Amino acid sequence: MRSVTKAYRPISWPTLGAGGDTGSWRMHRPVVNHELCTKCQFCWVYCPEAVIDRKAITIDYRYCKGCGVCAVECPTGAITMEKEE
Amino acid sequence: MATSIKKLPDIEQVLSGNGACGGCPATMALRMVGKALGPNAIMLLTPACSVASMGMTPKLGYNWPCINITFASAGSSASGITNAVEIMKEKGRFEGELPTVFSWAGDGGTYDIGFQALSAAAERNENIIHFCYNNEAYSNTGVQRSGATPRGTFTTTTPTGKRQPKKNMALLMLEHNIPYVATATVAYPADLYDKVVKAKSIKGMKYIEILAPCYLGWQFDMADTVQLSRMAVRSGAWLLWEADNGRITFNNPTAQFISGKKNPEAVDEYLMKQGRFSRLLQGPDAKERIAEIQGDVDREIAFMRERAKIFI
Ligand SMILES: Cc1ncc(C[n+]2csc(CCOP(=O)(O)OP(=O)(O)O)c2C)c(N)n1
Ligand code: SF4
Ligand code: SF4
Ligand code: SF4
Ligand SMILES: [Mg+2]
Repeated sequence: MRSVTKAYRPISWPTLGAGGDTGSWRMHRPVVNHELCTKCQFCWVYCPEAVIDRKAITIDYRYCKGCGVCAVECPTGAITMEKEE
Repeated sequence: MATSIKKLPDIEQVLSGNGACGGCPATMALRMVGKALGPNAIMLLTPACSVASMGMTPKLGYNWPCINITFASAGSSASGITNAVEIMKEKGRFEGELPTVFSWAGDGGTYDIGFQALSAAAERNENIIHFCYNNEAYSNTGVQRSGATPRGTFTTTTPTGKRQPKKNMALLMLEHNIPYVATATVAYPADLYDKVVKAKSIKGMKYIEILAPCYLGWQFDMADTVQLSRMAVRSGAWLLWEADNGRITFNNPTAQFISGKKNPEAVDEYLMKQGRFSRLLQGPDAKERIAEIQGDVDREIAFMRERAKIFI
């Protein structure tokens, strides 16, 4: 591999939180009721942020923007949106 | 049968904490595209929300080499990159499987400003995938009308509602005689995933358009992004189809409307969910204007039904 000259080096690198700690944007927090959850993974597939663990169905609140899509799409009503303090 | 949701790959090419709005349909769609393409790809982006969503330099919210290009040049820039990597491989300067070269552009960058270069790339049958995520307006600059904005829509440049219908961009691409064209939307993620997997395996020009209901431009509650996408399909305002070498097939539920097995829902409820139609719905001529929009939807279904019967 030939060395890459400075001019051709990328100026950005893939990183989590490229928009900051986007969890701070949240007005409402999605909370999963595991007793109602059937692990269908609908919330996981529709979450634009990729913050839901598809096995455990837990949410990474550091980046979850609180959009509420997961709560609307959950077929069993296992996710409720609770007001952030 | 579409891939089941539980079988979709774990890989995430869209990284958490990027700069997109909450509930962003473009990001939702790109996430599925990432699962289908995997990491071995090069992404080209024209100015749009998905560029603003990349995050703040030197951080990047997508896990691909990304190239920001000028508005008009998705077709030409992607052509250049795909030819360059092929020649590098020929010369032995590139090892392993060739990356998928794809452009990711909005409706502005596809229907309007990028149309000429895209048409030329299609005519040359360049080996790329062009994705248009269609939020039916220039969203990143505050929601101006585009060629994809449907009739009746209020935008900042159509303050009395757009008078013209949208164009059928996917059909225009099909008429370039390219090997693969598909439409998709975020409510049907497995359908989108399968279409991208198929496009990846085909050499030559591929065009995939994804309807992306944007809460900001369409004026609805962001939590309802997927609901609006589903309503668009169920009302026939958005048709799901794909064309392999010019042969059109429809995907469900659109296929049921085309075959006449089921009727699409009236467009009214879909319109009423969106603030961008509210002034139209409250106006004195609301009835006629809704009938006009319903007419556009009915015409498109009738046209595509007949167009699909023609293939050689
Ligand atoms: C030649 C040129 N004209 C105008 C702009 C300003 N501009 C940046 S993003 C954008 C809107 C893009 O609309 P679209 O392609 O539909 O993507 P969206 O923002 O809706 O995601 C505009 C007009 C620009 N960057 N370059
Ligand atoms: S959508 Fe609801 S039921 Fe399905 S996995 Fe998520 S929380 Fe559980
Ligand atoms: S609120 Fe939005 S970002 Fe947060 S977990 Fe649900 S879908 Fe994902
Ligand atoms: S304006 Fe719409 S398309 Fe643009 S980032 Fe926000 S939700 Fe996504
Ligand atoms: Mg747009």
